[in-house]
Amino acid sequence: MNVNASLIVKLIAVAAIACVPMSGESFYVELVAKMLLMAIFAMSLDLLVGFTGLVSFGHAAYFGIAAYSVALFTAKFGQMSLWVMLPAAILLSAAAALVIGIFVIRTKGIYFIMVTLAFAQMAYFVFHDTPLGGGSDGVYVDARPTAAIGSWVPFDLDNELHMFYFVLVMMLLVYLFLHRVLQSPFGRVLMGIKSNEHRMQSLGYFTFGYKLAAFTLAGALGGVAGFLYAVLFGFVTPELLSWHESGNVLLMVILGGMGNLAGAVLGAFAFEAMREFFADITKYWQLLMGGVIVALVLFLPGGLTAIPGRIKRALQGGGAK
Amino acid sequence: MDFASFLIQVLNSLQYGLLLFLVASGLTLVFGIMGIINLAHGSFYMIGAYLAFVLTSATGSLVLAIALGIPLALIFGALLEWALFSHLYKRDHLEQVLLTYGLILIFEQLRSLLVGDDVHGVAIPAFLDASIQLTEVMSYPVYRLAISVVCIVLAVALYYVIQRTRLGMMIRAGNDDRSMVEALGININMIYRVVFALGVALAALAGMLAAPISSVFPNMGSHVLIISFVIVVIGGIGSVWGALVAALIVGFADTFGKVLLPEISGMIVYLVMAVVLLWRPEGILKKG
Repeated sequence: MNVNASLIVKLIAVAAIACVPMSGESFYVELVAKMLLMAIFAMSLDLLVGFTGLVSFGHAAYFGIAAYSVALFTAKFGQMSLWVMLPAAILLSAAAALVIGIFVIRTKGIYFIMVTLAFAQMAYFVFHDTPLGGGSDGVYVDARPTAAIGSWVPFDLDNELHMFYFVLVMMLLVYLFLHRVLQSPFGRVLMGIKSNEHRMQSLGYFTFGYKLAAFTLAGALGGVAGFLYAVLFGFVTPELLSWHESGNVLLMVILGGMGNLAGAVLGAFAFEAMREFFADITKYWQLLMGGVIVALVLFLPGGLTAIPGRIKRALQGGGAK
Repeated sequence: MDFASFLIQVLNSLQYGLLLFLVASGLTLVFGIMGIINLAHGSFYMIGAYLAFVLTSATGSLVLAIALGIPLALIFGALLEWALFSHLYKRDHLEQVLLTYGLILIFEQLRSLLVGDDVHGVAIPAFLDASIQLTEVMSYPVYRLAISVVCIVLAVALYYVIQRTRLGMMIRAGNDDRSMVEALGININMIYRVVFALGVALAALAGMLAAPISSVFPNMGSHVLIISFVIVVIGGIGSVWGALVAALIVGFADTFGKVLLPEISGMIVYLVMAVVLLWRPEGILKKG
C-alpha cells in the first residue's frame, strides 16, 4: 500500500469512528471509547516492544498507577481540574516507569520480560494489600474532572458525547506524537537499538539512556490510557495492574503487528471486539479467544497488518519473494 | 517468637519452597534447554491438582490418584510438545508468550467445563493424616513433612539423572549448544520431548501434592506460575540447582514475611528478586 492510500484508509477509519455516537446506542459509544483508550495503551507498549525491542510484560502497572491516581486524587480533593489531574497522573506513571526502568533496563531478553513482570506484580500488591489502594475491592471515582478554565468551560466530561470525543482526540494526539517521535533522530536511535544494540553502542550512543527514555515515555503514555479509563468507567481495581492486563495489551500489539502504530490501534480494536463478540455469543468465550490466539501464532506470524501483504504476494504467484 | 513456632515456620518454609522447586525445575529446564517461555506451566500445576481431585474421588485414595496421574501428565506433556511447542523453538519469545497465554485461557475454560468452578477439598491419605505434637498447644501435620520428604527425594533423583546418566549428559549438552548436539547425531527433538514431558509431570505432581493443603480452585496456577518465574530468574535460567536455592529463598522469604511483616508480605518475594538482580543481573547460579 502506498503512503497516500494508507493515509486515506486511516482518515476514513477516523471519520467512521467519529460517527459512532450517531448510532445513539450508549453501549457502543462506551465500547468504542474503551477501544480508543486501549489503542493508546497498545501504542505506548508498541513503542517499547515493536520499535525499541524491549518486551515489557508489566506495562499494566503504568496504566493502573495513573488510573489509581485519578481515584485517589478525587477521593482526597473532590472534583479536580482536568488540566491539573491529567498531567499529575501522567507524571506519576512516568516517574514510576523511570524508577523501575533504572532497574529493569540493565537486564536483557527473557530476564527483561520477567523483571518487568515482577515489578508490575509489586505495584499490583501495593494497591491490593496496603491501605493506600483500598484493597481488592477497588475504589470508585466519584466525580469526573472538570475541563473548566476559570469561568470558561470548553467541554464537559460528564456529557457522554464530549467524553467520547475527548478520548478520540487524545488517541489522535498520542498517535501523531508517537509518529513524530519515531521520525525524529531519537526514534531512529530506538529502532537502531532494536536491530543491533551493540552497533549503536559502538557508534557512540549511550543506549541505556535511550532505552530508559523510551521506557519512561511508554509509561507516561500508558498513564494517559489509564487516566482515561478511570475517568470513563469511574471505577478502578487492582486487577487493572495484574499480569493478565499486561498480557492482554501485549496481545493487542502482536495481534495488530509489532512496530506499526496503526497496527497497535487495529490490534486494540480487534481484541476488544473479539472479547465482546465471543462473550456475547457464548459463555465459553475464553476457549474461543485462546483458540484464536494459538491459531494466530501458528498460522499468522506478523499479525493482522501483515494480511494485505500476504494476499498480495499470493496473488503475484506465491513465493516470488 | 518461641522455638516451637519458629520451627513450624521453618518447616513450612521448607515445604513451600520445595514444592515450588518442583514447578520451577521444569520451568527452568524448558527455559534453559528449549529456550521457551512457557506461561502455561502454572496450568500444569492446576491440572495436577484437579487430576488429584477427580482421581481421588474415583479411586478413593490420593496415593493411587498420584500413581495414575503422573503417567497421564507425562503423556499429556509429550502430546502437547508434539502438537504445539515443537513449532515454537525457532520463534521469538514474544510469540511463545502469546501462544502459551492462549493455552492458559483454553485450559482454564476446559477445567471450568469439565469440573466446574467450585472449590474442592482433597482428603489426606489416612496413614499420613496425623500430627506431631511439638508442645502442648502446637503440632505439625505429618502430611506436610511427607511433602517435603517426597520433594527432597525427587530433587536428589533429578540431580542423579542430570549429572550421572547418559540422558542427563545429553540434556546438559542441549542446554549448552543445540546445533553441536545435533551434529553429534543425538536426536535433540526426542530430548526436548522428554524434558518437556518431565517438566509437565513435575508441575502436575506439585499440584497433586498441594491439593490436600491448598484445596483445589480455579486459577490456582496463576500465582504459582508468577512465583516460579521469579524463582527461575533469581536462580539463573536453566540452572536446576539455582532453582532449588532460589525456591528455598522464596519459601523462607514468603513464609517469614507473612509472619514478621504482614503489611508488605505480598511484595517481599518481588523485593528479594529486585535485590538479587541488582546484585547479579543473570541470577545467582548463571554460569559465565
